[in-house]
Amino acid sequence: MSINTNEELVKQFAIRLGDDSLILGHRLSEWCRFGPFLEEDVALTNVALDYIGRTRMFYAYAAELSDGKQTEDDFAYLRDCREYQNFLIVELPKGDFAYTMAKQLIMDVFYYYYLDELCNSNDSTLAAIAGKAIKETKYHLRRSTDWILRLGDGTDESHGRLQVAFDALWGYTPELFEQDELEQKLVKQGIAVDTALLKSKWESRLKEILKEATIDTPINSWTVRGGRAGYHTEHLGHLLSELQYMQRSYPGQQW
Amino acid sequence: MVNLQEKKGESAAMMEAHLSEGSAFDIRALWTLLEAVKDPEIPVLSLRDLGVLRDIQIVNNKVIITITPTYSGCPAMDTIRSDIKDVMSNAGYTNNEIVTALSPAWTTDWMTDNGKRKLEEFGIAAPAHTKTLKPVISCPRCRSVESILISEYGSTACKSMYKCNDCKEAFCYFKAI
Repeated sequence: MSINTNEELVKQFAIRLGDDSLILGHRLSEWCRFGPFLEEDVALTNVALDYIGRTRMFYAYAAELSDGKQTEDDFAYLRDCREYQNFLIVELPKGDFAYTMAKQLIMDVFYYYYLDELCNSNDSTLAAIAGKAIKETKYHLRRSTDWILRLGDGTDESHGRLQVAFDALWGYTPELFEQDELEQKLVKQGIAVDTALLKSKWESRLKEILKEATIDTPINSWTVRGGRAGYHTEHLGHLLSELQYMQRSYPGQQW
Repeated sequence: MVNLQEKKGESAAMMEAHLSEGSAFDIRALWTLLEAVKDPEIPVLSLRDLGVLRDIQIVNNKVIITITPTYSGCPAMDTIRSDIKDVMSNAGYTNNEIVTALSPAWTTDWMTDNGKRKLEEFGIAAPAHTKTLKPVISCPRCRSVESILISEYGSTACKSMYKCNDCKEAFCYFKAI
């Protein structure tokens, strides 16, 4: 394989990681002024900001690998649904507070192990981004764990809503641990993370938290996948229409 | 106007001609000069106090300034970059470059003692060392150690909110990361 093609693989990989962060961050930003109380509103949007910052680091690296042909803004604002390669779970609508926190816990535990491995990547830029991001993820995980315990072990209402949320999200989690040819090639070179190896750690940590929160771990009875190949739920288009509105209406506009 | 600009251009060229490769004197002067650049959200802290300003080098008459971002999404970073550019060019150092280094990742352990003292005086509790197992967060107003966490996040990503159980005031704590 020539160096040029390999660079293209790394670029695509960086774009994917950026896509996951951008869409998850955008969903969190939708809580702005809708948080259950002021401090929580501030917290959710601060976490959103961490994800948008992470996105910029991944996209800026992808732009660097495109030889100046593309910018980070091109990736965020000028690609359509089919070109986005994020996991489906991050694009699901924000739902109620229990649903958002359940989704965050699933992703925080995932990132906790994922970024820890990515810190050892043979690609020094990806490793550096992971080294920064994991500090924030540790903080996110502490917060989402606290909330899951409070909601699960709280009132009948909060417990019920949280259980419904985990049941509704569970079928989107297997996708986090499946890798296509592109990522497998990068795993072989020690650049990407072999997610199959993380699954059991992720599962046992999550089960531990759910047990303490008196929530039943859902059973794997259904699975939805396709995000990495560009096949998305109907929700992503609506999200992008809002996220990309300004650049689509006023092309090239600067902040 | 044209004359003025030309003059400014000349003095900048002269200034840069005087920069000598790796001169300790010039580099020290630049560190002092950049003390003028403050965190836009916590204006008592300079970039050096924060541990954001990592390195200054002079290569081929060009000043290379290395900074590291605090939080990935910190909106202050863009302002910090343009503030550095302004301070440098106003002082005549037009030939400069700002490099952003991601690794090693920024930590509050890089905050200077002077920075921590200024932070406390400003009313924000300074970060404990990241290796401290059970940090005691004391109220920057009355120094009481009886405080409780109100929220993991405050007005910016780098702070959380506490309440003092003695003087009853709420205060911000600069999180240790």
